Amino acid sequence: MRNYKNVIAAYSIMIFLIILVGIFQSWSIALTILNYCLISAVMTIGANIQWGYAGLINFGIMGYTALGGLAVVLVSVEPVKKAWQVGGLNILACIWIIVAIIFVVKFILNRFDKSKLRNYSVASVILGGIILLRVTAAPGIEAIESVDPARTGFLGGMGLPVLFSWIVGALLAGSLAFVIGKIALGLRADYLAIATLLIAEIIVSIIKHEEWLARGVKNVIGLKRPAPYEIDLQTSEWFINLVTKFNSSKLNLINSISDKQEALNQMVIDASSVYVKLCFTGLFLTVVIILLIVTQKALYSPWGRKMRAIRDNEEAASAMGKNIVKEHLLIFILGSAIVGLAGAMMVTNDGLFTPGSYRPMRYTFVIWVMVIVGGTGNNFGAILGGFVVWFLWVEAAPIALFLINLFTSHLPETNAMRVHLIESAPYFRFLVIGIGLLLIMRYRPQGIIPEKIIKQ
Amino acid sequence: MDFLNAIIVLFNFTVIPALAYGSQLALGAIFVTLIYAVLRFANFATGDMMSFGTMFAVILTYYFQSLGFGLGVLPTALLTIPFAILMMILYMLIIDKFVFSYYRIKKSPPVQFAMVSVGVMFVTQALIRIIIGPSDRRFLDGEKFIIKATEFKEMTGLAEGITLKSTQAITIIVTLIVVSIMFWFLNRTKTGTSMRAYSDNEDLALLSGIDPKRVVLITWVIAGILATIGGVLYGLDKSYRPFVYFNNMLPIFAAAIVGGIGNPFGAFLGGYVIAFAEIFVTYAYKRFISYLLPEHLEPDSLLQLLSTDYKFAVSFSILVIVLLIRPSGIFKGKVI
Repeated sequence: MRNYKNVIAAYSIMIFLIILVGIFQSWSIALTILNYCLISAVMTIGANIQWGYAGLINFGIMGYTALGGLAVVLVSVEPVKKAWQVGGLNILACIWIIVAIIFVVKFILNRFDKSKLRNYSVASVILGGIILLRVTAAPGIEAIESVDPARTGFLGGMGLPVLFSWIVGALLAGSLAFVIGKIALGLRADYLAIATLLIAEIIVSIIKHEEWLARGVKNVIGLKRPAPYEIDLQTSEWFINLVTKFNSSKLNLINSISDKQEALNQMVIDASSVYVKLCFTGLFLTVVIILLIVTQKALYSPWGRKMRAIRDNEEAASAMGKNIVKEHLLIFILGSAIVGLAGAMMVTNDGLFTPGSYRPMRYTFVIWVMVIVGGTGNNFGAILGGFVVWFLWVEAAPIALFLINLFTSHLPETNAMRVHLIESAPYFRFLVIGIGLLLIMRYRPQGIIPEKIIKQ
Repeated sequence: MDFLNAIIVLFNFTVIPALAYGSQLALGAIFVTLIYAVLRFANFATGDMMSFGTMFAVILTYYFQSLGFGLGVLPTALLTIPFAILMMILYMLIIDKFVFSYYRIKKSPPVQFAMVSVGVMFVTQALIRIIIGPSDRRFLDGEKFIIKATEFKEMTGLAEGITLKSTQAITIIVTLIVVSIMFWFLNRTKTGTSMRAYSDNEDLALLSGIDPKRVVLITWVIAGILATIGGVLYGLDKSYRPFVYFNNMLPIFAAAIVGGIGNPFGAFLGGYVIAFAEIFVTYAYKRFISYLLPEHLEPDSLLQLLSTDYKFAVSFSILVIVLLIRPSGIFKGKVI
């Protein structure tokens, strides 16, 4: 038990902090933070599998997150039948063209020896393919985007339950990781970081600008949700009774009936949003716990030991007959799939898909800070990192505002310095995260909860 | 005549912008490559360091304008560059002293350096936003155009005109001057040679009496000069916005790697390769072709290979292709 003492202590502090937010700000905010902490935890589990288990540096987290989000749209939104009628054929033809290009390129690469001629022919096939694609797609895309552009203007999804999209998100991200892994995994660590970052940018820019796919920067709103809607709750009898029961002591203090009804209404509205968020919390917590159990089991299995051996000494592992390329690819796919799952969870939680919001700062670097701060190679640490860093990311601004007001309280309200500082309070989150990362890297490079090797 | 018009259309809409943009990328790419060659890490704070230097130039420009200083037809920002460079070098040396030197002495792996530079990136970004804010700023003053399209048309009697913005000319000229001085310094002076020696083989360089501290110091000084000038030129040409500078880091990395990372000349050319590729692939050739072909063959579509939304994606694809076919870059850099 002694080994787990600091783990338990760290998690208790974290939960205590979230409860503090609940008391001082509101329970709705606290639950929002908690939900996002859980989503971040799933992302850090994914990143930690790659970095902590295998030493692969993947700065493409943003791309997989976006792809997971895209999966929610593609799976859960009702299909736009009219768009399929006017442009579906062109899009299907394009998919076949892409498949054909891939097969032709593969054929040329396999059949002929390495030569200049081969390079040129591959290049010309790809170039010709792109031109053919554009010619085929252009009328279809135009037709699709002109179908009721204010509300749809895209192909829509399959109209399936939204939870199914979490699996699809993981699959999509995993298959993307397979392609990227095939291209980039041979590179040295810092090149791999740059290459994955840039490929992720390509993915996001495709999602942003192909409006027939998921409306691009016009966003998709009103996605399905696995939890009840607030409006439905507010009108259902059992929920109102539940709220009355919980708050009976408070309600009894109010004498006049109309005031009582008003107070009850307000309570029901507040409670409905808390209830919905609790539903999400339950779902996310289930995912995190399942992932944690699976990854812990994997870490201490022969497979996990093999991964660590490869991470710590590639040459030695290779000499022992381990297939490093294959194992790296496998772990790259697994980690990315988990990140894709997190992306799908996040979009489900928000209920909207906004491709414009996918930026490397928020979806790659902050996630990496979480992994490093929490503890690389330790799943409990990575999850804790997700909690701590997300909490700081959200709460840094209010805390900074409070501190600025405290230190400048002797200055008049109109003091230029004070006004400027108060205006820039939201940016203190970058400062806090950056300094936190630098301090951790310097004085505790193994993270808050370091990796633990159990001798077997 | 039509042929001349076609050439001028192409020149005006692709070559001139690509040369200016390429120069800005080239300065950044040389900055990345120098840090990589001498200090041996991929600096993820590149974009924000350029932004930090530019911030000083912007603030000083506003200050000088309020004092009434100026260079007449030239932008005031050029006057502020030396001061901005000094501030930038000071900032870089402070960062090096408190952050990077510790890992250099410990001989940490490059990945750890890269993560530390991510921390520096966060801090720099925060400082920029706290000091100047995230909004879009234009700080260009003086004459805006050297050649206007209408004047050019009158002068030559052609149907198409050439527009040359003063910022584009300044960008290209300043870049050429800075880069040639830098190459002269690296190749001809004793200090430059010692830097190259340190970059090639650290142990041998130490054995032959080269002072590592001095090499590192000079690297940061050159890096500060390149970062500030590159940033200010970009800001003059487009506008100063911290978020855009952060994003510019990506094509700059692409340029450095395409040119062969660790090789300053490769990075210089890499900047132009990326810029020309971005603009040539996303340019709509309709007007160009319509001059060359007879009237009845005039194309209906825009004749654009990819829409301009994919500008960045083009440079990243080039990078991926280069990494696949020739990982050491077009001009052999450090082998991966």
